[in-house]
Amino acid sequence: MKSEDLETVRMVVHARSGVAVDISKEYAIESRLAPLARRDSFADVGELVQAIRARRDEGLMWSVTEALIQGETCFFRDREPFALFRDDMLPALAARADRPVRVWSAACSTGQEPYSLAMIVDEVAPRFPGLKVELFASDLSERRLEKAQSGLYTQFEVQRGLPIRLLVRHFEKVEEVWRLSQSLRQMVRFRRINLLADLRALGQYDVIFCRNVISSLDPALRGRVLEQMAQALAPGGWLVLGQDERPMGLTEALESISGWDGAFGRNPAFRAAA
Amino acid sequence: MKTCLVVDDSRVIRKVARRILEELGFEVAEAADGMEAMAWCRTAMPEAILLDWNMPLMDGLEFLRQLRKEPDGDQPIVVFCTVENDLEHIALALESGADEYIMKPFDGDILSVKLMEAGVLA
Repeated sequence: MKSEDLETVRMVVHARSGVAVDISKEYAIESRLAPLARRDSFADVGELVQAIRARRDEGLMWSVTEALIQGETCFFRDREPFALFRDDMLPALAARADRPVRVWSAACSTGQEPYSLAMIVDEVAPRFPGLKVELFASDLSERRLEKAQSGLYTQFEVQRGLPIRLLVRHFEKVEEVWRLSQSLRQMVRFRRINLLADLRALGQYDVIFCRNVISSLDPALRGRVLEQMAQALAPGGWLVLGQDERPMGLTEALESISGWDGAFGRNPAFRAAA
Repeated sequence: MKTCLVVDDSRVIRKVARRILEELGFEVAEAADGMEAMAWCRTAMPEAILLDWNMPLMDGLEFLRQLRKEPDGDQPIVVFCTVENDLEHIALALESGADEYIMKPFDGDILSVKLMEAGVLA
C-alpha cells in the first residue's frame, strides 16, 4: 500500500473510533480491507482508499473502520474477572439490592462477554432469589452487534473459554453452528454506542466491563474515555478493565480496589470538569 | 511433573497432542486404544487423560466407564477429544464421568483452556 493510502486509513479509523491503527502493519491492514474492496467491486485496496478520498462516503468509511478495529474476544476471557463478578460483585450487589442491578458490557464485539455474564447471572440466580440483573451490551460495530444478537457461534468459538457443561446447558446445535438459548439471548439488551460520544444520557451502572478497549485507543483519548466510564458508574460501582489495562497515569477519576485485580471504583476526591 | 495419557488411534493426533502437552509442562504417555490405555492406568494412574471416542478394541466411552470403576479410577481428569460433536454424545460422555470435552479439530489454545476448566492446569 502507498504511504498516503495508509495515512488516509489511519485518519478515517481514528476519527470514527479513536482507535490508533498501527500503519507499520501494512500487510494486516491490506488483508483486512481486501474483502471490503472486493465486495464493493474495487480493483484493489488502493482503489478503495482513493474512492474514500474522492467521495468521503460515510458508509464506506465506517466499513473500513469496522474492518480494522480489534474484535478479538472469547467466552469468559481471562477467567478471573468473571470469577470476581460471580463470587464477589454479585453477592455484594444482591445484599444492597433495593433496585435491579445494572451491568454494562462496553465494546462487547460479537457478544461472548455479555453472554458469559448472563450465564453467571443464570447460575447464581437460585442463591439470590430477590436479585434482578439488567444486562446491557454495546459495540461500535453494527455488524458485530448483529452477530451477537443472532446468538450463533461456530464450533471453534464455543470451544474458546466456554466450559462444556455450559455449552450443554445453554446451546443447541443447528447444523454446523451452535445457537444460544432464547432465554439467555433475551437477558441482554444490545445497542450501538460509540465510546467517544457523550455518554451522560446512558444512565449509571453498578458494574461496567470495558476490557481491552482502552489500550487500543489513541493514548490522548484514553483518559477522557475512562472519565466517561467513571461517570457512568453508580455510587459504589465497579469498572473492570482488561488484563494489562490500568487507569493510573491516564486519569484521577478511578482508584483501584484492594484485593480485586483489574477492578476500579470512582475516586470520590475527583470531580470531573463540567 | 503431571502425566497426561493421550489415547487416540491416530499417530498424527497423538504427536500433535504430545507437542502441545509437553509445552504445557506435562509428561506425556501414549496409548492407541482403550485396552492399551487401561493397561497403562493399572500400572500408574495419570493425572489427566485426553481421550478419543472411536477406536478399535475398546472405544473411549467403554474405557471411561471401566476406568471410573477401577481403584483410584476416579482420580484422573478425563477430557474427551473427538470428532463426535453433537449434544447426545457430549451428554453421554459427561454422564459417564468425563470432566471436559473437545470437539476436533482443536488447537493449543483450546486444549490448554479445557485443561484449565477441568482443573488440571493452573
